[in-house]
Amino acid sequence: MSILVLAEHSQNIFKKKTFEAVQYASTLAQSMGTTTTAVVLGTADTTAMQQLGAYGAQKVVHIADARLDTLSSRAYTKAIATVAANEGATVIVTLHDVTGKAVSPRLAAKMKAGLVAGAISQPDLSKGFVIKKAVFSGKAFAFINITSDNKVITLMPNSFSVSKGEGAATVETLYVAFDDKDFSVQVKEIQTVSGGAVPLPEAELVVSGGRGMKGPENWGVLEDLAGALGASLACSRPVADSHWRPHHEHVGQTGGTIRPNLYIAVGISGAIQHLAGVNSSKTIVVINKDVEAPFFKAADYGVVGDALEIVPKLTEAVKKFKAEHAG
Amino acid sequence: MKILVCISQVPDTTSKIAFTDNNSQFSTAGVTMIINPYDEWYSLVRALELKESGVATAVNLVTVGKADAEPVIRKALAIGGDEAIRIDTDANDPYVIAAQIAEYAKTENYDLVLCGKETIDYNNGVVGGMLAEMLDMNYVGFATKLDIAGGVATISREIEGGEEIDTATLPLVVSCQKGMSEARIPNMRGIMAARTKPLKVVAPAAIQSLTSIDSFEMPPAKTGVKMFTIDNLDALVSALHNEAKVI
Ligand SMILES: Cc1cc2nc3c(=O)[nH]c(=O)nc-3n(C[C@H](O)[C@H](O)[C@H](O)COP(=O)(O)OP(=O)(O)OC[C@H]3O[C@@H](n4cnc5c(N)ncnc54)[C@H](O)[C@@H]3O)c2cc1C
Ligand SMILES: Nc1ncnc2c1ncn2[C@@H]1O[C@H](COP(=O)(O)O)[C@@H](O)[C@H]1O
Repeated sequence: MSILVLAEHSQNIFKKKTFEAVQYASTLAQSMGTTTTAVVLGTADTTAMQQLGAYGAQKVVHIADARLDTLSSRAYTKAIATVAANEGATVIVTLHDVTGKAVSPRLAAKMKAGLVAGAISQPDLSKGFVIKKAVFSGKAFAFINITSDNKVITLMPNSFSVSKGEGAATVETLYVAFDDKDFSVQVKEIQTVSGGAVPLPEAELVVSGGRGMKGPENWGVLEDLAGALGASLACSRPVADSHWRPHHEHVGQTGGTIRPNLYIAVGISGAIQHLAGVNSSKTIVVINKDVEAPFFKAADYGVVGDALEIVPKLTEAVKKFKAEHAG
Repeated sequence: MKILVCISQVPDTTSKIAFTDNNSQFSTAGVTMIINPYDEWYSLVRALELKESGVATAVNLVTVGKADAEPVIRKALAIGGDEAIRIDTDANDPYVIAAQIAEYAKTENYDLVLCGKETIDYNNGVVGGMLAEMLDMNYVGFATKLDIAGGVATISREIEGGEEIDTATLPLVVSCQKGMSEARIPNMRGIMAARTKPLKVVAPAAIQSLTSIDSFEMPPAKTGVKMFTIDNLDALVSALHNEAKVI
């Protein structure tokens, strides 16, 4: 018996969110008196896999089949279920991201496991197996008890801080027999749109603009602020609908849901459907010329005034701060 | 080609969220229920477009819910669709919802099952994937485009930092989001037609919940916004560093 965690990587690079998932699984394993096994799928390098030990994995099971280099929900499910059976694992952790959301429901159905999607707490074992998650698009939280023997948890990225410890995991390779059907969804093309910036769902700092920015020609000031902070850009829905900004930057009820450490909302009124996508951000700064804008009620810090005057000054202040704190 | 569209009902996006019975029940008092926006705007409309363009022959709707879900399923029928099935049980556990739909769908040989990216109340986004496993179908989640030709689907889906274009053989489950289609408003003809379209009520299969909701909690109220002026933005930056510790 151990706890399994899907340790995602992209082309052999394990990102912070994967370490977070491994550490989450390992904290749970400790409170359940068991160990943590990470599952790595596709081409990956042994040294990188051993380093998962520094985040609490005792063991890595590596299924090296190169067909797993791109996501296949069927093949990933078969692979993880095979490891679960070998290890006698009943609790499986994935991230609540594109890969986790594709694989975890299949896996839960296959294993007849209760699933909590988007966990933001460790399970409370004193009450059963009770996990907190956001519901009603961030307007409330629910505490969900998994009552079945098998359990699948998808962890909302950026819910816990990650600390690197000591230790190297042992790496075992496992062969799983796949058939053609497992790969009957085929990737034809991948188009990246982020242009080097951190993809929005993973960004820790986000600068976002709304209709108050007046037009796409004014986005330069937001780009400068984002550049100074190392932040990613987002926008409200009308901004994307008017093609001022690309659609993947649209956040809110019908766009992306993000929970960065810092969300700076510029010229956005704070409609409930917009807040639904961003209200789990740790800190919210609102810049708006209207002191009555509803967004101020959801904000931690606010500045009232014209965005086109305030934002360049804020960028200067950030640059000054960075220069003083360099190194 | 037959399409099944999964329709759920959710509180209107602007609803005030409150709980009763010691925070164990969602309070429906004064709450208007609507079709889950992803189901209405994207999966349902895309299914109708596929029928209108001759790719699909039938579009059926299914909902898992008690009689109180009927106004919403009728509204969905007013937008379009040939008939609706209501599986007569209340369920929160996504496994139960998926298993109920799968039990029904197994007997009908659907080629394509469409559902929404997630419901805006419980925000799970998992019913589609579960259904795919239960029905032994392919699954592509969070799709922004879907076309079908010669029994093969071409799907664009959102990935981190971009978009991926996949091909998949049928039968297939797709969860739909923005980009799929333009929302439609039911017209008078649709509303009249919906009154006479079949709405079959079927008894639920015996399926046990694997999760239960223990309680709800409201987020802590923000302690109040701290205001800065254009002349003390340095103070804002140091608050972000020293107080909020985010930069
Ligand atoms: C079902 C549904 C789903 C929706 N989903 C989404 C969603 O996912 N995301 C989303 O964002 N919206 C969504 N909306 C739309 C939402 O209701 C709002 O209409 C939208 O968020 C408003 O965008 P905005 O704040 O940019 O524009 P506005 O509401 O027009 O606000 C502009 C703001 O800019 C301020 N401003 C103007 N000039 C300046 C200036 N010079 N300097 C500083 N501030 C200035 C104004 O005071 C105002 O507060 C949805 C709506 C519905 C009905
Ligand atoms: N009670 C239900 N009846 C029918 N379909 C549902 C129900 N609940 C969820 N769905 C479908 O599954 C999708 C994802 O829901 P969820 O996994 O609960 O977030 C929804 O957009 C619907 O298409």
